[in-house]
Amino acid sequence: MVAKRRKHYSPSMIVWIFIKYVSLLFFTIVALVPVVSCVITAFKTDAEYQSTNVMTLPESWLNFDNFIKAFDMANMGRAFINSLIILIFVLIGSVLVGTQLAYVLNRFKFFGNALIRNLFLFASLLPGVAMQISVYNIMQQLGFINHLYGYIIMMMGTDVIAIYIFIQFMENISTSLDESAFIDGASYMTIYWKIILPLLKPAIVTSLILKGVSTYNEYYNANLYLQTKQLRTVAISLFSFTGPLGSRYNLICAGVIISLLPALIVFILCQKQIYSGITAGAVKG
Amino acid sequence: MTAYTDHKKKKSLLQWVKSRKGQQSIIIIAFMFIPLLLLFTFTYFPFGEMIKFSFYKMSYSNTPKYIGLDNYKEVFNNKEIFASLKLCLYYMAGSIVQLVIALYLATMLSFKTKGGNIFKGFMFFPYLINGIAIGFIFKFFFTRGFVFDSVLQWCGFNLENLPYWLRTQGLNNVSLVGTSIWRYFGQNMILFIGAIMSVDSEMYEAAELDGANKFKQFIHIILPSISTIVTLNVILSITGSLSAFEPPYVITSGANGTATYFVLMNRIAHTNQKVGLASAMAVVLLMIIFVATILQKLFFKYAFRNTNAEDQVVSKKKTRLGVKKNKSKEAI
Repeated sequence: MVAKRRKHYSPSMIVWIFIKYVSLLFFTIVALVPVVSCVITAFKTDAEYQSTNVMTLPESWLNFDNFIKAFDMANMGRAFINSLIILIFVLIGSVLVGTQLAYVLNRFKFFGNALIRNLFLFASLLPGVAMQISVYNIMQQLGFINHLYGYIIMMMGTDVIAIYIFIQFMENISTSLDESAFIDGASYMTIYWKIILPLLKPAIVTSLILKGVSTYNEYYNANLYLQTKQLRTVAISLFSFTGPLGSRYNLICAGVIISLLPALIVFILCQKQIYSGITAGAVKG
Repeated sequence: MTAYTDHKKKKSLLQWVKSRKGQQSIIIIAFMFIPLLLLFTFTYFPFGEMIKFSFYKMSYSNTPKYIGLDNYKEVFNNKEIFASLKLCLYYMAGSIVQLVIALYLATMLSFKTKGGNIFKGFMFFPYLINGIAIGFIFKFFFTRGFVFDSVLQWCGFNLENLPYWLRTQGLNNVSLVGTSIWRYFGQNMILFIGAIMSVDSEMYEAAELDGANKFKQFIHIILPSISTIVTLNVILSITGSLSAFEPPYVITSGANGTATYFVLMNRIAHTNQKVGLASAMAVVLLMIIFVATILQKLFFKYAFRNTNAEDQVVSKKKTRLGVKKNKSKEAI
């Protein structure tokens, strides 16, 4: 079968295929080199790091000393626990808030429905960093600074892309389901909880993964609002390598690799959902 | 008499609660309350406050003093601020390069490719790395004699002729923009692949039978069907380049002439504690972004006048279907 098809390749096709694979390979290498160099360096001992070129492979791939040292120095155990707590609450909160909002906006016609949609859309245009100054003031007045719950509540806030994914998905869930449930005496709360939420599962999984990765990676707000050492998230704990370590990159690289492992694992397991989440979020137009 | 009306009211309230309309209203209020509360506390209230602050001379500790438009005058007269605004040109150029690369790769991958998923995965992964880690990775990458220099030396360059990537004025901005391209091109590519997949595959087969080569297929089938999403991304990336923040913030912390507008604003607000001035900067930038967005929308409306609204609706629907089709394909 394959041999038969090969016969059809014309010279121009062969050139085309060559160009295609060379360029794909080139950009893959571009994407990989910075990360790979980091992995290589993370396995080197201090002496090795100082004497060899950065791209020379390490003597032993089993030298995990740097990882252990980096993990202890940046207090990453604590940081992972903090990040996990934040993730759990932010994800539960944002899924509940997002699906409830999407349910109401999609299923009911009421005064202000369009206005509220537009308010959320407009909010997504406002660059967050620009307003940080006044958000900081509000966080201060609410007493939310240096408390995990303060940061969690702020991060739970409204994620327009997730809401759009939910609304889009809900448009494909037939309203006759709600109708018949309502006639059978179900309240709207029951309809949301027993019908809509289970049917939204694929959209929820997608938004959980995207929101999860972005929450895990968030550092700007975490840096502003979680300043105590005990409250550091993983991304922020990496920051502690800047000062004392200076240019001991074998340790720093080990820290970097540790910090991106969770994202890598999620990516390997949920590639499909991540891709579909990205395309779904963009199609909103 | 009053007892009677009370009773009536109570009854009607109860009836209202039990009625369909009543139940709807209750659920609407219950489900909207928290999201709207969050939206107003963390977006619209600070937005209003920011506009107010921009008319005051204030820091985090002192009592604010009303100074009218003085902050705005300083934004326009301060040379440092003006210079930082010019930097966004680098980022704009970068975002165009990024879009072109992403579109090229997406087109390549949308045809049958061996190991397509592996290529996709490697190119996409940088998008999932946290900003601080990226900062370290690229500080390491660009350090004199380290990763990038080694790679270039393998390609035959001499180390003595190579510049300092993060120190040379001007060039350092190019390096930073490169970082941002590295981070986002895979994500853009996935986006475009999604849009391209929404095109009916029968169209390619028909075109191939008619003897159209890949380039013609790209121009006549792929490009028109994804023009909406490409346009959207051009708008987003230009607006985004005005607010470029992350690469200089985490890699050079704005040293050596790499301080973009946002980095400078962040410094003025948190280090120099000039909250009023920083707020005025934010308001000015927001206005620039809005004007730019509106102008771009008008421009694209004018440029794509022949594709009417109906077409766009159809293509949108197609994209949606496409996403689903993809899913079912992958599931198989």
